[in-house]
Amino acid sequence: MANEFFNSFMTGPDEKGRFGDFGGRFVSETLMPLILRLEKEYEKAKDDDSFWAEMQDLWTHYVGRPSPLYHAERLSQHLGGAKIYLKRDELNHTGAHKINNVLGQIILARRMGKTRIIAETGAGQHGVATATVCAKFGLKCVVYMGAHDVKRQAPNVFRMRLLGAEVVPVTSGRGTLKDAMNDALRDWVTNVNDTFYCIGTVAGPHPYPAMVRDFQSIIGKEVREQMQAAEGRLPDTLIAAVGGGSNAMGLFYPFLDDKSVNIIGVEAGGKGVDEKMEHCSSLTGGRPGVLHGNRTYLLQDDDGQILEGYSISAGLDYPGIGPEHSWLHEIGRAKYVAITDVEALEAFQLSCSMEGIIPALEPSHALAHVMKIAPKLPSDHIICMNMCGRGDKDIFTVARALGFDMSDAI
Amino acid sequence: MSRIDAKFADLKSRGKKAFVSYIMAGDPDYDRSLEIVRGLPAAGVDIIELGLPFTDPMADGPTIQAAGQRALAKGMSLQRTLDMARAFREQDDTTPLVLMGYYNPIYSRGVDKFLEDAKEAGIDGLIVVDLPPEEDDELCIPAQAAGLNFIRLATPTTDDERLPKVLQNTSGFVYYVSITGITGAAQAQAKDVAPEVARIKAKTDLPVVVGFGIRSPETARAIAGVADGAVVGSAIVSQIAEGASVSDVLEFVRGLAEGAHSA
Repeated sequence: MANEFFNSFMTGPDEKGRFGDFGGRFVSETLMPLILRLEKEYEKAKDDDSFWAEMQDLWTHYVGRPSPLYHAERLSQHLGGAKIYLKRDELNHTGAHKINNVLGQIILARRMGKTRIIAETGAGQHGVATATVCAKFGLKCVVYMGAHDVKRQAPNVFRMRLLGAEVVPVTSGRGTLKDAMNDALRDWVTNVNDTFYCIGTVAGPHPYPAMVRDFQSIIGKEVREQMQAAEGRLPDTLIAAVGGGSNAMGLFYPFLDDKSVNIIGVEAGGKGVDEKMEHCSSLTGGRPGVLHGNRTYLLQDDDGQILEGYSISAGLDYPGIGPEHSWLHEIGRAKYVAITDVEALEAFQLSCSMEGIIPALEPSHALAHVMKIAPKLPSDHIICMNMCGRGDKDIFTVARALGFDMSDAI
Repeated sequence: MSRIDAKFADLKSRGKKAFVSYIMAGDPDYDRSLEIVRGLPAAGVDIIELGLPFTDPMADGPTIQAAGQRALAKGMSLQRTLDMARAFREQDDTTPLVLMGYYNPIYSRGVDKFLEDAKEAGIDGLIVVDLPPEEDDELCIPAQAAGLNFIRLATPTTDDERLPKVLQNTSGFVYYVSITGITGAAQAQAKDVAPEVARIKAKTDLPVVVGFGIRSPETARAIAGVADGAVVGSAIVSQIAEGASVSDVLEFVRGLAEGAHSA
């Protein structure tokens, strides 16, 4: 652990957009002036009370924040160890944490006079959140979604269309989140004047990783206050699922300097983290590289070609991870583990039966790790897990995986 | 004097504009790709851009992306691309060879090792799309130190304030991107390009070559007429994608080269 060498873990990124060696601005020249302008506008907004007042108002009245911090009593008893709290971000409007960030970016886009919003989406949660906020503000919205994801997340595609967004199925590559991000970048490079690219996770060129983290940090800030009220102290362990890593960064960031707090990110282990690479565990099974504007851990072959990765969860199906996570991993401030599809499905069912909460497949991965460690911990050990999304969108995938025929049930 | 500098000096002395062609290394396969590259100088190509295949070419359109996927499917890699450059260089010691691609395969190999190998293979310059001046320490500075030209893209979004930064560590030539967009998309317009080229030339003595959106001999001629040269990529790659024979591809290139050279 290199922790002793840092006075604070919350000062990043530096002026080059780096967290240690990770992050940066690896984009084509066409986009460079655009991200510099975005950085400038974001810095201005960040110090403007009226910007945050607008956010707070919408968080309260439109999203329904603060989301509850819920003591999962039956689950805690069942696992027989640590005291488990769930941060209920699945109760947000649109059913996931994604809208926290989208609101911030869209308010910024409006300040910058942009009229057309583009986004990439994997599971569709970020796409739905973006389409939702665009509808609210009367902005044109185009969402890029891998053709493979369009198929496995059909309900979200229909939602986006109902909300007035144009959903563009992306067929390049294997048709997942990585390819959707490529096409969103291609759109941005083509429509530089009126378009704002609303990135859904803590990745991409600087300032996106920092900006998205700042908007999502409302999760961790609320947990600090709520835990203080419930327990009179900080949690001992934080656990969140990591694809690109925005819900995790949002939970972790306000606690980075609290050295008593263990921080664990859970990556998608797919069919197992081995040489077959049928997983999406960038930190556990990848190495540093440059993609989508930043240096970070990536799934890649010996030649530096990007691998597709695999997960049952469309929201974790990305071969990279936010650069700040790569840094936290390297300096040892956070620990990252992998959970397989099978383990996540088991956790999904346990959450349903034990707490009456149908979780998304993404936080099911986090819960699966809670199931692993909670029984070994004492009853005064407090775990806080981010329940970052609800599972309505996943019921078809889960039904298929469990061998349940939907058409027979009616 | 680098091969690139020598080539532009020669063209200037003959009052000719440069014709630059792009093909993806290893498309449709290694042997035919090498045969095409070897035939390009005789077809009138002054500078060869050799595409380095990458899975995620974010600044390229579907044509170039598909070419990269074809090449990768046939086992192409950075190593094989350098092998191809070396094989070309054995028979041609004057035509400049510029490697064009994305940073990750280079980063993955290790910058120092890559530069040593590229130099040895006979590569003269690099165009790395996702390395703007803000990331010059990564590859640009080491490449210049190793004696390779680092050719930078200037674009319609590169305003006057930013232009000096873009030109600062550029060498060989400046590649002006004629449109905001990806390769193989909109058509370049000479009337839009002319003032932009003039704007860049006011700030640098380097030749300015224009690419993106040039698909025909006529456009090549019009664009070369307002710059120091024209680049064609997607249109040639499309011919390869459609299964044209090596001689048909070279014949198509000859037409484009004649267009640019008649400017």
